[in-house]
Amino acid sequence: MAVQVLIQTEDVKKIYGMGEVHVIALDGVSISIQKGEFVAVMGPSGSGKSTLMNILGCLDQPTEGRYILDGVDVSEMDRAQLAGIRNRMIGFVFQSYNLLPRTSALKNVMAPLLYNREQKRNTNMQQEIAAEVLKAVGLGDRMAHQPQELSGGQQQRVAIARALVNDPVLVLADEPTGNMDSQSGEEVMQLLHKLNQDGRTIVMVTHDHEIAAHTQRTIHLVDGRVEKVIHNGSGSNSSAFEKVSHESH
Amino acid sequence: MNLIEFLRLAWESITKNKMRSLLTMLGIIIGVASVIIMISISAGTEASIEEQITGLGSNLVYVTTNFIRAGARMGPITISGGGEEGGLVFDDATAIAEEINGVSAVVVEQSSSETVKAGAVVLDGVTILGSTPGFPSVRDMEIKDGRYFNQRELDHTQKVAVLGFDLAQELFGEGDPIGQTVTAGDTKLTVIGVFNERGMVSGVDFDAQLYTPITVVFQKFTPSMFARFMGNRVRVIYVKIEDLDEMENIIQQISFLLAKRHEVSLEEADFSVTTQQDIIQTQESTTAAFRNLLAWVAGVSLIVGGIGIMNIMMVSVTERTREIGIRQSIGATPSDIRWQFLTEALLLSLVGGLIGVLVGIAGSWIFGEISEMRTVVVSTSIVLAFCSAALVGIFFGFYPANKAAQLDPIEALRHE
Repeated sequence: MAVQVLIQTEDVKKIYGMGEVHVIALDGVSISIQKGEFVAVMGPSGSGKSTLMNILGCLDQPTEGRYILDGVDVSEMDRAQLAGIRNRMIGFVFQSYNLLPRTSALKNVMAPLLYNREQKRNTNMQQEIAAEVLKAVGLGDRMAHQPQELSGGQQQRVAIARALVNDPVLVLADEPTGNMDSQSGEEVMQLLHKLNQDGRTIVMVTHDHEIAAHTQRTIHLVDGRVEKVIHNGSGSNSSAFEKVSHESH
Repeated sequence: MNLIEFLRLAWESITKNKMRSLLTMLGIIIGVASVIIMISISAGTEASIEEQITGLGSNLVYVTTNFIRAGARMGPITISGGGEEGGLVFDDATAIAEEINGVSAVVVEQSSSETVKAGAVVLDGVTILGSTPGFPSVRDMEIKDGRYFNQRELDHTQKVAVLGFDLAQELFGEGDPIGQTVTAGDTKLTVIGVFNERGMVSGVDFDAQLYTPITVVFQKFTPSMFARFMGNRVRVIYVKIEDLDEMENIIQQISFLLAKRHEVSLEEADFSVTTQQDIIQTQESTTAAFRNLLAWVAGVSLIVGGIGIMNIMMVSVTERTREIGIRQSIGATPSDIRWQFLTEALLLSLVGGLIGVLVGIAGSWIFGEISEMRTVVVSTSIVLAFCSAALVGIFFGFYPANKAAQLDPIEALRHE
């Protein structure tokens, strides 16, 4: 098969609390995302977007159902194993950047390399790699700056560099432009599109329909279920289980 | 991550929050410093006791006045020519030397306090220590210049003086005191010798005293008219024994002799006979008790320091919850987080321990300078204090580190 499935969830449920008082955050979500796709996730608050992102990002585990990431079932892994998956396979881009405070851009980008147990590198190598990625996001001249000395857009680019430094198969972005002006937001979106064109798979939560329209697919969640999936460009509705073929890059 | 990387991370975190780090370390600094200072005081005390004992030998018997009983006996004053009421007199020493076999030397001491003048220099309250010719050898004093007085000068109540090292300096400066005259009270004394430095021995500054034949003290410096009735009283009689095996026997002979002379029974004797051995044992058990007490105090202060570290580390974990969440999201495992906080606690205690060692050494020195006590910094106490600090750091760092490791990444990321 030319098309490779990167993310596959099978009837994923997430229930908080037990017994009488419980909240169903996700009520059987089955989605499939291929390598190289750029997918937006939309939905009103309380629809389960964040829960889904947490599960896709291996920060949380489903109560029921299975989550297969790049052919590996991660539903039953322990905390240390999940940390390894997050470190090597997933890069996070948060709305509030979540950079380490009072730590230089370079050190922030180096941090995931420190926790990489598969590929141990010495400090010089780590610095070299981190510097390279920072240059790639256009911050070659800001490496020694601390987060509070950078603009929102610059901070988010540091965060993107940090997300990319271990060369992950998946980038998860949670409203990456939510905290910045339209100019900076535009730049960050361009950067994400460029990453996607280079073959990186991106799943992004957004409230902005226009931003969502520039992705290949938009998954709409309501009440913990997939309400509809829109193929942008074609605009046609399709069922949640439908496997969509795309021309691979 | 390896240990070096963890230590570097911990060091960055410590230096980023200098004030918080210092406050955290304060308990450990105080704990370690107090361990070192207290052990140095204890060691200093032991050293001065030891110094006091060396040179005296174990074959020395002390006869001292037992003041409580002597005082009771002194109640109704009876004037008797011999004047043997209450306490030891010079004739007791003579009797011991003459009547008891196996005694190699008998030395007596009696002192008074007088104003001493030499030219324009006037010193108040100088101790005039009257003794016998055997004094320098029994009390381990060395003559620097001149000589000590002899038996003939003692017998003839010759007005001669030997000066302590500091006293000679104060009275004559750089000049040569030998042959000069000093005036003690109303009595002119000719200086015949100066002692080498001896220092403080059990609170007495041997370098500040003036030494003269005890007969001169009896004649010129007897404290009061009242005491004149009592005869030539002495503070202490040192008896040097020839054969150590005869010690017990000779002590009994001395006791019987003095009881007979003082007309008292042994049960209500107005004197006590002790040996060097007794004194060493008493002092050793006193210092051992002192040392044990210090060990407890030091241990408690280290534990308090450790609780301080735990307290601030707990606060730190709460304060840095978001940082922990960020680190978890980029791939830090629970053990990575645990090690991060554990190395931080360890490094804080080690740095705190190091500062504590420096403060302790400086504190011991200052304490020795400003107080009468002697202090000796013991190297094993430094190692001990430092290692305890490290152990305290690991022990009390473990709980907060574990708490940090168990944080849920989602909760932690949401934390403001």
